[in-house]
Amino acid sequence: MRQALIPVALAMALGAAPVLAQKTASQGIDEYRAMLQDGNPADLFEAKGEDLWKQKRGPKNASLEACDMGQGPGVIKGVFVSLPKYFADTGKVQDLESRLLTCMQTLQGFDAQAIAKTNFGSGEMANVTAMATWIAAESKGLKFNLSQSHAQERVMYEVGKRLFFMRGGTHDFSCASCHGEEGKRIRLQDLPMLSKNPGDGVGFAAWPAYRVSNGQMWGMQQRLNDCYRQQRFPFPGFASDATVALGVYLGVNAQGAASIAPAIKR
Amino acid sequence: MADPMRIRAQASGDKATVRVLMSHEMESGQRKDAAGKIVPAWFIQEVTASHNGKVVMTAEWGPAVSKNPYLQFSVKGAKAGDKVSIKWVDNRGDTRTDEATIS
Amino acid sequence: MQNRRQAIQHSAVVASLLAASGWLPTAAQAAPNKAAFDAKTVQEAIKASGAASISESKDVTLTAPDIAENGAVVPLGVSTAMSGVKHLLILVEKNPSVLVAVFNVTDAVDANFATRSKMGQSSDVYAVAIMNDGRALFAKKEVKVTLGGCGG
Repeated sequence: MRQALIPVALAMALGAAPVLAQKTASQGIDEYRAMLQDGNPADLFEAKGEDLWKQKRGPKNASLEACDMGQGPGVIKGVFVSLPKYFADTGKVQDLESRLLTCMQTLQGFDAQAIAKTNFGSGEMANVTAMATWIAAESKGLKFNLSQSHAQERVMYEVGKRLFFMRGGTHDFSCASCHGEEGKRIRLQDLPMLSKNPGDGVGFAAWPAYRVSNGQMWGMQQRLNDCYRQQRFPFPGFASDATVALGVYLGVNAQGAASIAPAIKR
Repeated sequence: MADPMRIRAQASGDKATVRVLMSHEMESGQRKDAAGKIVPAWFIQEVTASHNGKVVMTAEWGPAVSKNPYLQFSVKGAKAGDKVSIKWVDNRGDTRTDEATIS
Repeated sequence: MQNRRQAIQHSAVVASLLAASGWLPTAAQAAPNKAAFDAKTVQEAIKASGAASISESKDVTLTAPDIAENGAVVPLGVSTAMSGVKHLLILVEKNPSVLVAVFNVTDAVDANFATRSKMGQSSDVYAVAIMNDGRALFAKKEVKVTLGGCGG
């Protein structure tokens, strides 16, 4: 039966269960993912993040509305696709989550180091993730356009590239072991090639994402942290230079790709 | 108090499709914690939907419904500007009600 | 369009007003049917939900993926165009608690509901319509799960 002639989405809208026999597992998974697109629990974190940004909190009892994410105090639309970038006030290249820590410390009086050491999903770390989700959502659909005009931005790109290909740990893995070639996959997970532009909504353009498997919201920092866990490396520090450098490498490679964050993932 | 729900209600013809995302652990009672003890079941048991103040749908849920539950249904005789209200009650007696305007 | 913050603020105010005005379910509203949710088989759960007979029917539609990447979140929908429907049920045969959800149908809503369920393993999934006359009509389909969704 030429089921393939009918777009799968239309078949589902008509309430008809697609014919099993002709479909590959990969197509089945694509359908499953499509069914989850509408109604992403990331929306709940987005709403929370927006709330937190505007609330007076911390020892200084201040909101984050004066925080400069790179386009002026309080400007949020469009910043996600411009990060990481160089910030004159700190003299460093910073990504979304490290910049949130900077603002939470300087504006609200929180201890950035302490937050960086807090487990993902708890305490102020969970709040950072929620705010990152909201900030990413405000750039949904926009194309990545990281700056490489500052010398430090260029240096960080090169550092990120070196790290990407650096093999180590007990299994001699590098990022490139999984993400350095086309067509690789682990079980049912396709692994995008990240040493070049992987296209819209893939890789760097797909995080933060809600992971259904544990019902958690993951920012890019947690994604990198978990990659290193799987490579059997020691955990990189939250918002450390190494993770920011990788973000620069991935983000510059993704130039022109559209962001779908916050996405929904397995 | 639990985090707010996200309710989207869109009119089309004389019906409105309502999509709800609720913030809730929906702990099944099947999991064990690090010490090997069962994590107690904690889940939404009742859902009530109202349209302009009148109850139009009730549902009973078990612990199998996913965490941060999603619900979609369609209200008849609804138009833009009408109010839709969703209430949930969980097995601990906690409750949350949120409202949205049909667009 | 209201921004999200305003919408949430508004709903918090409305919620407290609703509570204050006594808009709460009356005692007459049916308590959750514990027996049905405790049932260990599909048959038991359907019978406990008030069905006098059970048969397969093309008039009930189950919307479900063939394969779920993760059993923690499986989108499932139940619908029917028939009239005279009292309840619509979703069941997962191999789940520790077989009955996932019961939707009570009124004239004010379509007999069409969707939610997401945990599935512990690949299993048959049932969409059941319990009619006013006590008949239970069902559709079923196997949903494969690549990674079980009930454990940690």
